[in-house]
Amino acid sequence: MMVNPADPTLSSALADATERALAEAEIRLPPDVLAALRRAAAAERDEIARRELGNILENIALAEERQVPICQDTGVPVVYLTLPPDIPFSPALFDGVREGVRRATATTPLRPNVVDPLTRENTGDNTGAGMPAVHVTPGERLTVTVLPKGAGSENVSRIGMLLPSQAKEIPRFVAETMLLAGGKPCPPVILGVGIGGTFDMAAALAKEALLLPVDTMDDYEQELCDAVNALGIGPMGLGGDTTALSVKVKRAGCHTASLPVAVNVQCWACRRATVEVKR
Amino acid sequence: MPAGDRGGEAVNLTTPLGDEVLDLRAGDTVTLSGTIYTARDEAHLRMMEEGIPFDPEGAAVYHCGPVVQNGRLVVAGPTTSARMNTLSGFLIDAGVRALVGKGGMGPEVVEHLRGRAVYLALTGGCAALAAAHMRLSGVYFEDLGMAEAVWIIQIDHLPLTVGIDAHGGDLFRAVREKAKTQFHQRFNTNQDTVS
Repeated sequence: MMVNPADPTLSSALADATERALAEAEIRLPPDVLAALRRAAAAERDEIARRELGNILENIALAEERQVPICQDTGVPVVYLTLPPDIPFSPALFDGVREGVRRATATTPLRPNVVDPLTRENTGDNTGAGMPAVHVTPGERLTVTVLPKGAGSENVSRIGMLLPSQAKEIPRFVAETMLLAGGKPCPPVILGVGIGGTFDMAAALAKEALLLPVDTMDDYEQELCDAVNALGIGPMGLGGDTTALSVKVKRAGCHTASLPVAVNVQCWACRRATVEVKR
Repeated sequence: MPAGDRGGEAVNLTTPLGDEVLDLRAGDTVTLSGTIYTARDEAHLRMMEEGIPFDPEGAAVYHCGPVVQNGRLVVAGPTTSARMNTLSGFLIDAGVRALVGKGGMGPEVVEHLRGRAVYLALTGGCAALAAAHMRLSGVYFEDLGMAEAVWIIQIDHLPLTVGIDAHGGDLFRAVREKAKTQFHQRFNTNQDTVS
């Protein structure tokens, strides 16, 4: 078995792409998310909620105008790579992404958010043990997708090991997640829901669901979204029609005796960007 | 000002704050000018141990960990206030008149505010908007790092909503109660299902 030596050119190209993707994600919201926010603001009937949504839209415009991050919680970087067949899976990939995160921290700039979980000592550059999280899947081109994830929404995310007989309880579990969360995750939220797989897979699916476009929902997703919006939590928990902008679901097969369900809560600033690595 | 119906005129407040905060009611729109001090979990813990580095009388404390670059405030939106639920009493006892953040605070804080101070909500995630009303003027506890230090910020008409007033009025709680009722009706569960 040949071990691939680190490829400096690949590493450097990946670092550039990661740095660019992070800056893009932090400063400008994806068009599907912006469209969903505008639609919500137009439909909202509650006066305080309309004001909150107005502030959000004004903030988005200001961030772009000043080329600064949308939110000061610039999150922790969650990174997805697609890898074409001719590029070996090697440490160079991870080194490149890590370097890109370091650079983006200084240049965008990002808040250094990554700490040791026990000592709480800050690493200063948003890298650390196991950070950034890098997920690699096969693809046709080499692409870097970043999903900077803030803590307010991550902290109210939940996973439930439901019983196989409780499939009908999933809407309740999803709505209950938001009921418990209230205004903490900066609603209006986007919910990534992972159904099936194993304990860890359900969580990974929920996170991946946040990469899906928010402006379309199938009937099941719409049902979950309606259940959440019926709560009336509203923007920032101050009440109103707009609690969730969208609910996106990803599924996987699971054990006949299991029904894992994970809800990954995402604030309105659903930041993501993809950059293709030019070779 | 963002588009949309702003309802009543905003009440303009300036630090140091006094008894005028007692006139506010949950749901009111206000603007805040003057000086504000950021503090998150670590700063609260250190202030409890070592004392408050600024004059707390009439002060406003902002739950925020900004992005600072070369001594300038890049962005500075609010963090989730509920993390400070058990850490806020001593500030109000010391004379702090306003806590500023997002997401609301627990019943112990609502009681602590009664007759003395208010909780003002800033739209979460609006870090560029907030920074447009701010100028950085100093720092305490810089060794805690960018997110956790106590930054001294001059603010100019920061747009806020009164989330919790000094009379026990809590907009967040009212919304939560309604949400709970709605949830139990929809899923035919009893009130004990959710903590």
